[in-house]
Amino acid sequence: MDPNRRQFLRGAASAIATTAAAVATPVSEAVAFGPREPKTLPPKAVGMLYDSTLCVGCKACMAACKQANGMPAEQPEYLAQWNEGTWDAAQDISGKTLNVIRVYQDGTMAQKDREQDGYAFVKRHCLHCVDPSCISVCPVSAMQKHPLTGIVTHNPDACIGCRYCVYGCPFNVPQYQFDEPFGRISKCQFCNHLQAQGKLPACCDVCPTGASLFGLVEDLQAEAEQRLAAKPGETYTFPRGKLGGDRPSHEAPIGHYQPHLYGEKEAGGTQVRYLTGVPHEKLGLPKLPDHSYAAVSEGMQHTLYKGMVAPLALLGGLVFLARRSSKTYGGEDPTRTDEEDASS
Amino acid sequence: MSETMHRPLGGPILTKPFAILGLFVLIGGYFILRRFLFGMADVSHMSNGYPIGTWVVLDVVIGTAFGCGGFALALLVYICNRHVYHPLMRPALLGGVFGYTLAGLAVMIDLGRYWHAFNLLMPWYAQINSVIFEVALCVMAYITVLWIEFWPAFLERMPPAFKQHFGLHKFQAFLRRYMYVFIGLGVLLPTMHQSSLGSVLLIMGSKLSPLWYTPWLPLLFLSSALAMGYGVVMLESTLVQRSFKLPSEAALLAKLSRVAAGLLALFLVVRIGDLLARGQLGLAFAGDRYSFLFLIETALFAAPIVILVSRRRCANARLRFLATISLLAAGSLYRLDGYLLAIDPGNGWVYFPSAPELMITVGVVCLEIMLYLIFIKTLPVLHGAHKVQQ
Repeated sequence: MDPNRRQFLRGAASAIATTAAAVATPVSEAVAFGPREPKTLPPKAVGMLYDSTLCVGCKACMAACKQANGMPAEQPEYLAQWNEGTWDAAQDISGKTLNVIRVYQDGTMAQKDREQDGYAFVKRHCLHCVDPSCISVCPVSAMQKHPLTGIVTHNPDACIGCRYCVYGCPFNVPQYQFDEPFGRISKCQFCNHLQAQGKLPACCDVCPTGASLFGLVEDLQAEAEQRLAAKPGETYTFPRGKLGGDRPSHEAPIGHYQPHLYGEKEAGGTQVRYLTGVPHEKLGLPKLPDHSYAAVSEGMQHTLYKGMVAPLALLGGLVFLARRSSKTYGGEDPTRTDEEDASS
Repeated sequence: MSETMHRPLGGPILTKPFAILGLFVLIGGYFILRRFLFGMADVSHMSNGYPIGTWVVLDVVIGTAFGCGGFALALLVYICNRHVYHPLMRPALLGGVFGYTLAGLAVMIDLGRYWHAFNLLMPWYAQINSVIFEVALCVMAYITVLWIEFWPAFLERMPPAFKQHFGLHKFQAFLRRYMYVFIGLGVLLPTMHQSSLGSVLLIMGSKLSPLWYTPWLPLLFLSSALAMGYGVVMLESTLVQRSFKLPSEAALLAKLSRVAAGLLALFLVVRIGDLLARGQLGLAFAGDRYSFLFLIETALFAAPIVILVSRRRCANARLRFLATISLLAAGSLYRLDGYLLAIDPGNGWVYFPSAPELMITVGVVCLEIMLYLIFIKTLPVLHGAHKVQQ
């Protein structure tokens, strides 16, 4: 080994040892790193089953949503002069739109709910995760999950506008109003103000085909499984509004579903679940693991900062070493200068 | 004469470069005003697909890594008892003071509901699972600690009678006696939040390329922040020494550069080892944008190690400077990639900063340099400095 390299290795080794004091704790703990326990569905979790094959794209839910939540109309700039304010054409959810129907198109678009040469509708709004990333990242508890219903709400009085909920949401749901000087975060809160009056969320209330169906998550899960088990094409009775409610149902042939209930397991589970005719990735519903990233992130934090033991121990060590160092340096504060000596 | 001889540099404050920097600060100020009057969309290209833009990534994530000089050097000087580096300590601390304070300013520009910022300090709003919460509190505490650590420089400059009159000599005695506590905090707090700036990305999951997304993010961010801290000390020392014709600190810098190289080696071992262990190293050669960025990053991280591995090359000031630049570029690109370039929110979102948005970032950096210049000229910061006659 040439002396240069040996010296370098020695230098490198001492450098690594130098940082050991600060780094040792994270390293040893990261080895034991694991996600925290997954969260479970709240006892009276309410949710929505969105059946893409039932959706006719009428967008009544979008209009009802705007009305129920007092949100302004959105118009593309080049058409804004035309019958100003009387119509709405939101392209996606935004600071002004909590709910949107989007369309998937392929080739000739000859048939609904077909991947090739077909088209399909999808509804986009908050999925009300069982273990939400937005709640995990929010530094000021502005995002809250109701302990019984599991509805994820946002408190603008707490919010500081850091937008980490926007950044971290796997579905890109929370939206900040960038065009406002005093913007706020917008997101679907499942019309909790209407639910408090015993009413349905506006979108489920007005849906003519029951494509947006309100209910308890457990009931909706059973309903979805029943639809998945039924033979495509055979007649099925579809409820409207609320599962188990008093609205008249309607009969229709059952769709050719993808054999997957989206939201049952995605990101640790969501309270809004999707049945679709085309693969969910085509509809902008991302492929996600069965665990929530919030569990990964909090697992790391809880390991490193458990009871603040590691940081406090590290601080103790650092203060001890700094004190010893000041002493060996001549028993005086090392930041002291000669000028000071002269003046004092 | 003691070894620790800090003196004000002196010389005129209002020089031509200073005026040019001031111009950029004014331009930045104009756009900051527009941001507060008309909203962020007026000056920025941030969107709900990319809600975090250059203000956070350049000014805060990369900016505070550049402010790690004080942290990195304190670890070496006070914790590892390497007092030979002491002459570099106070300028490094000053770099940290401004790096962090102005990162705080950038956060206030970036916060969408800045008038609620104090909610971060209200216990009833605290959300202790939030990584951002920890980073926010930790950075606020560290800014305070940095100013306390820097206070002796102000106190030394004050006339004794003035200090006597306001009882500041007691404060000075207090600082002198208990400085080791603040030094300890000044190492702990950046250890916490620089690693947590990596943990922030753990929430990104599938939005972040697997080449960056790993449970080792905290260690990778911490080790690269420390290396960048040493890099900044070397850069600043070289630039100041050249601009103001001060005695060279080459021998010290050569030693320091090898410490930085050791950290870079640690970084690369952890990063590549982790990619191997997760079986994702193949992505580095996939030929797409992410693999391209990863390879540039890795080359920038490896180049300083290759340069500094030989003692002969290490003694060469020019090569050492090249290694320093490469090191700082590597750490910066790693952060830029992790927070922005390797993020894909899907649904066709793209982000490229607007000119006004960048001008705000540039303005903040220029303000930082201006304040640094004022401070080293008027306060005892630099080691062995002498008045330059102009």
